[in-house]
Amino acid sequence: MITPTLVHFLIVGALLFTLGFICVLTRRNAVGILMGVELILNAANVNFVAFNHYVAGGLAGQMFGVFVIVLAAAEAAVGLAIVVSIYQTFRSIDVTDVDLMRE
Amino acid sequence: MPTPVTSANWLWLIPAFPALGALLNAALGLRLQRKFGKNIVHSIAVGAMVASTTVAWLAFARMFGLEAEERFLRDLLWPMAHVGSLELNFAFALDPLSMVMVLVITNVATLIHIYSTGYMHDEPAYWRFFMWLNLFVFAMLLLVMGDNFAVMFFGWEGVGLCSYGLISFWYTDLEKAKAGMKAFVVNRFGDFGFVIGLFLLFWTLAGHWSATSKFSSDTRVSGRIPGSATLLPAQEHGIKIGPTIDFRELKDQLNPEHNKAGTPEDVGIAQHLTHETIWGVPVIFLICLFLFVGATGKSAQIPLYVWLPDAMAGPTPVSALIHAATMVTAGVYMVARLNFLFALSPMAMGVVATVGCLTAIFAATIGFFQYDIKKVLAYSTVSQLGFMFIGVGTGAYWAGVFHLFTHAFFKACLFLGSGSVIMGCHHEQDMRKMGGLWKKMPRTAWTYLLACMAIAGMPWMSGFYSKDEILGKAYASGHLALPGLGATPWLGPTIWAVGLVAAFGTAYYMFRSFYMTFTGEYRGGTDHHDAPASAHHDAHGHHAHEPHESPAQMTLVLIALAAAAFGALFLGIPEAWTGHEPLFAKWLEPSLPAAAHIPFSETPKSVELGLMALSVLIGLCGWGLAHVLYFNNKSTVPARLLAQFPRVHKVIFNKYYVDEFYDAIIIRPALVLKEICFWIDRNIIDGLVNLVGLIVRIFANIDGAIDKYLVDGLVNFTGFAVMESGRRIRRLQTGHIQNYLYGALGGALVFVVLNYVVLK
Repeated sequence: MITPTLVHFLIVGALLFTLGFICVLTRRNAVGILMGVELILNAANVNFVAFNHYVAGGLAGQMFGVFVIVLAAAEAAVGLAIVVSIYQTFRSIDVTDVDLMRE
Repeated sequence: MPTPVTSANWLWLIPAFPALGALLNAALGLRLQRKFGKNIVHSIAVGAMVASTTVAWLAFARMFGLEAEERFLRDLLWPMAHVGSLELNFAFALDPLSMVMVLVITNVATLIHIYSTGYMHDEPAYWRFFMWLNLFVFAMLLLVMGDNFAVMFFGWEGVGLCSYGLISFWYTDLEKAKAGMKAFVVNRFGDFGFVIGLFLLFWTLAGHWSATSKFSSDTRVSGRIPGSATLLPAQEHGIKIGPTIDFRELKDQLNPEHNKAGTPEDVGIAQHLTHETIWGVPVIFLICLFLFVGATGKSAQIPLYVWLPDAMAGPTPVSALIHAATMVTAGVYMVARLNFLFALSPMAMGVVATVGCLTAIFAATIGFFQYDIKKVLAYSTVSQLGFMFIGVGTGAYWAGVFHLFTHAFFKACLFLGSGSVIMGCHHEQDMRKMGGLWKKMPRTAWTYLLACMAIAGMPWMSGFYSKDEILGKAYASGHLALPGLGATPWLGPTIWAVGLVAAFGTAYYMFRSFYMTFTGEYRGGTDHHDAPASAHHDAHGHHAHEPHESPAQMTLVLIALAAAAFGALFLGIPEAWTGHEPLFAKWLEPSLPAAAHIPFSETPKSVELGLMALSVLIGLCGWGLAHVLYFNNKSTVPARLLAQFPRVHKVIFNKYYVDEFYDAIIIRPALVLKEICFWIDRNIIDGLVNLVGLIVRIFANIDGAIDKYLVDGLVNFTGFAVMESGRRIRRLQTGHIQNYLYGALGGALVFVVLNYVVLK
């Protein structure tokens, strides 16, 4: 049985971040992008907790994890509100349709 | 002791009245004349003159009440400038000499104004005539009343201007306009000399001062301009020393009484002036010579006399006032006023007397053969002015001024008489076309005869006393010198002899003119003259061909002047007769401090009386000759003489070709110089200017090209580059947020790669 080390956790965090970032880049659905952002935030949470456990000790990492979850909730609320607003404006939540900031 | 000054702050009224009259007529004359007629115009002018004359007589009364040494009235109006040691005041002053001049000017001018109301009656530009006439009197009063050289010079130039304006009064006639211009230009030469003399005097007075406040003469003036900040020992013995242009201060500085060595008031300036030299020439001689050049211009002496005969183009009253009685005597007045200066240089005195003497004889001979009555009088004036210069040149200052005084009356009378004749003969001036006017114009004839006797020096008329005094003093002057010859004791008697010949000539040509005009048969009138030379057309209401006597305002003036020419004799009865000094000499004494120090040789009373008898005899001879040749114009001798000596007559009749000579040596070269200057101006100066312009234009074009293509190109290129790059770069802005994120990812990858490539 392999004892999980810091590297394993970091690989998991990196995979999560990569998956989330790819989700953000490729999804055309706005809600999908928000979900990708959740993945990126949770990748950060994994790193916080892992570093706390193997490097720093104490509870500071877990505290940051809790804060990030709260922040993610708030972000999701604001993000969904923006998506609703986008939908009301463009009658679609496809981000490729939202290109008013073009030259 | 400096001259005590009596303040009289009303002296300015004397010149102010004519100035006001001139101003009124200049501003309103034309309108007044059109609206109210000519009476109002001459009322203004004559009124101004009467007022001025009244004040002048009041000034005389005031002065008469003072002690002889205190007769100096001064009226300081305002200071004009105060620069360094130069104090320039606008001030009037009257001393016995200028008092005489002021009385002559105001009185004679008033009479001539009155006369002019008759003579100029038909003149359309009546107001202009009286404006100029009043302005002239103002300028002349400025000249004689000036307390310093500056005010005198204002007047000096002013009378020149008025003379110009009045000579060319009928300016539509080109000849007359030219005569005015000639007078003006010839006078410029003289005025230039005057100014140079004045500057030289001021410059020399600002010399070197030693600690003892004596004028130090050990430093040479040559080539060095003494600083204006020289020490000025103020009020030494009450006399201000140093550079000055005040006549009074100059007189005190140079007064021979103050300059005798060893006296407490010896200020040393006279010694300084006589010892200083410029390039070997005594500076005092140069000063006097230049000032005298000014006098020769104004007073029509050789070599600058040529303008005066031409000045007869002006109206006859002008000839009487300006070119006989007053303005032309300004030079004599100036020399007399500066007697203390001229007396310092026997050489300058010699030059003055010699020039006067030569002019007297020269002009007299020209007068022999003139036919124009005014030309005869003009040359006679030149000749008489020569006599005056003999007087002031030899040091007989009072005699020179006395001749000026008597001449003012009898020559004004002669000129006005000739004016009366000219008017009576309907503007005919040629004496050959007159004759027999005795019966037709008795008053004019009588006064003319009296004035002729005065000028010819008949012993019962004033001219005798003045002319004889001059000739007597010339005979007794052995103190004159000439440049290059040194002391010339023979010069005085020579001048006397030549003057005697000139006096003979004077008597001859004056009586010749009298006989030609008034005796015999009337030779004009057969052919009708429609306003000949003069521009004012024959606008007399009557066209009678017979000569007629002039109106009362003219003949009364003639009578007044003839009476004055007679009465003046009482002022100058010679010492040899009465045993005491003539009144006129006594009166002038305070103004002529140098006169008492002129070393005239003693002549016994018998010799003096003999000289007088001789000059009377000479005068009578001249009269007699004229009587024989011209009485009743019956004698054929003159015509035969002319036929026998045509060449002599021609040379003298053409005034020795002096005008032609001047034309050849001065006017022609001046015109050639003008052509040369014009050519240089046209070709070289203009060429240079154009070249500079061309160069500037070439540079401007180059500069413009640089500006247009290089600078503007750079600026435009910058703008173009920014726009072009902007156009390209803005394609990046897609508005798709995911594209930007690709960019961010790409950037992050680049840094990661860089991290591995560069930092490893």
